[in-house]
Amino acid sequence: MQLNITKDMLNKKNLKKIGKKVFEKIVENIFLLFACISVICVALIIFYIFTKGSPAIFKIGLGHFLFGTKWAPTQGIYGILPMIVGSIYGTIGAVIVGTTIGLFTAIFMAEISPPWMVKIFRPAIQLLAGIPSVIYGFFGLLVIVPIIHKFYGGGGNSLLAVIIILSIMILPTLISISEISLRSVPKEYKEGSLALGATHIQTIFKVMIPAAKSGILTSIVLAAGRAMGETMAVILVAGNSPIMPTSLISRVRTLTANVAFEMSYASGLHREALFATGVVLFIFIMILNIVLNFIIKKAGASVK
Amino acid sequence: MKSDLQKIHTQNLDLFYGDTQALKDVSISLEEKKVTAFIGPSGCGKSTFLKTLNRMNDLVDNVKISGKVFLDNLNIYEKYDIVELRKRVGMVFQKPNPFPMSIYDNIAYGPRVHGIKSKSILNEIVEKSLKNAALWDEVKDRLKQNALGLSGGQQQRLCIARVLAVEPEVVLMDEPTSALDPLSTLKIEDLINELKKNYTIIIVTHNMQQAGRISDKTAFFLLGEIVEYGSTDKIFSVPEDKRTEDYITGRFG
Repeated sequence: MQLNITKDMLNKKNLKKIGKKVFEKIVENIFLLFACISVICVALIIFYIFTKGSPAIFKIGLGHFLFGTKWAPTQGIYGILPMIVGSIYGTIGAVIVGTTIGLFTAIFMAEISPPWMVKIFRPAIQLLAGIPSVIYGFFGLLVIVPIIHKFYGGGGNSLLAVIIILSIMILPTLISISEISLRSVPKEYKEGSLALGATHIQTIFKVMIPAAKSGILTSIVLAAGRAMGETMAVILVAGNSPIMPTSLISRVRTLTANVAFEMSYASGLHREALFATGVVLFIFIMILNIVLNFIIKKAGASVK
Repeated sequence: MKSDLQKIHTQNLDLFYGDTQALKDVSISLEEKKVTAFIGPSGCGKSTFLKTLNRMNDLVDNVKISGKVFLDNLNIYEKYDIVELRKRVGMVFQKPNPFPMSIYDNIAYGPRVHGIKSKSILNEIVEKSLKNAALWDEVKDRLKQNALGLSGGQQQRLCIARVLAVEPEVVLMDEPTSALDPLSTLKIEDLINELKKNYTIIIVTHNMQQAGRISDKTAFFLLGEIVEYGSTDKIFSVPEDKRTEDYITGRFG
């Protein structure tokens, strides 16, 4: 029967085969094209930010720019150390407060709370993640700033207000990733610990948290990135004076606020200096990303 | 059901997972410093029963237990400190489950949670436990290395050492060799023979040759009940119950 296949039929079959192959190739390339979009975007952003931002750094001088404590564009003085310090203080403060609250919440949700309570907590935390940052700023301005003013005076716009607002904003990231990593600790570890006579709390702190360490660290680094990059909410509660913060109730300006606050009216070297501020911010975020990759790699290696 | 040597005995133990009855009226007396094997087909309740002896079933939602379990004549389901119970009744699981930390820290974990802080005492316990679990020679030069780097058989012996480190009186083993190769299995069996001098060992096994090789007494479980319980020699040579004979000769299971 096979002998009955004519040449014509064979050709048709071959054509179909080739057509299929070409189609496969085209689709594969479409995937590649879409995948390239995000990579191209990153490349473009890096390119433009550095080409626009770096000339100002050379004009001002790297030392003067990074370590100058005075920011006075009208006098042609561009030192961003107060903003670097403001961003770092704000981020570290928020990470300390947020991680403490977030980790305990994650432990509670993963290990302690009854399932019905998780059903209330989880959507609430998801909602927290979805609130636009300007609303956080609004809340800070209306609630946190007046409270700080009442207790400490000074108007209330302060580093403390920034830390509180950022802590709340990074909670969803900290809680959800830490909770997932605690839940994915093999239940054999928990059983092994309990069977040795350890209490539930001992088991959580001595076995489960160490086992979930890389996930928890990941959540902290991501949260730090979010805190460092946050702009709108920070502008509304920070006070924005470009001075070195000396206490928790000092007014501060962060790197992000510096760019967003002045970009609308800046020109010339002033404008370039704002781009340069963006470069510094970008480098901080890149450092956080490198740390993150390092953590993930190390976690992968320790499993092997 | 009375015996001078009895370490653990149960009376009319029933256990339900939700509406499903997993154990039916289990009454048994387990002897001190002997190896008792539980055999039976999958889902017959032998592992469930084992876990009632150190209350690991408490972790499962929806479990209802009635009846009594006595350890040295004290009912462990009544006013019994669960930490104390699990210290006295250790457990080795089916899948080796060392913690993701160093070999040393794995062994020292139990003593540490029970309050031992002295470095020299911990060192002693670690060495002694690893020696008792026949693992010392293989790991003594790499105590600080991650326990997950050990082979499966070594990991299981590490888990046994970890249990021994809290100085239990009873060691429960839930199919401890089912995930291991024959050579590792042999090593664990030798170890069990050694351990029964000092510990009461209760082992669940799917492997009937294993039960025959290592146990003094055997209980045959079927559908949540104990069909027959007696000396291993007798169970394997002249079982009284037809169902036991059928299972042992491989006619069902």
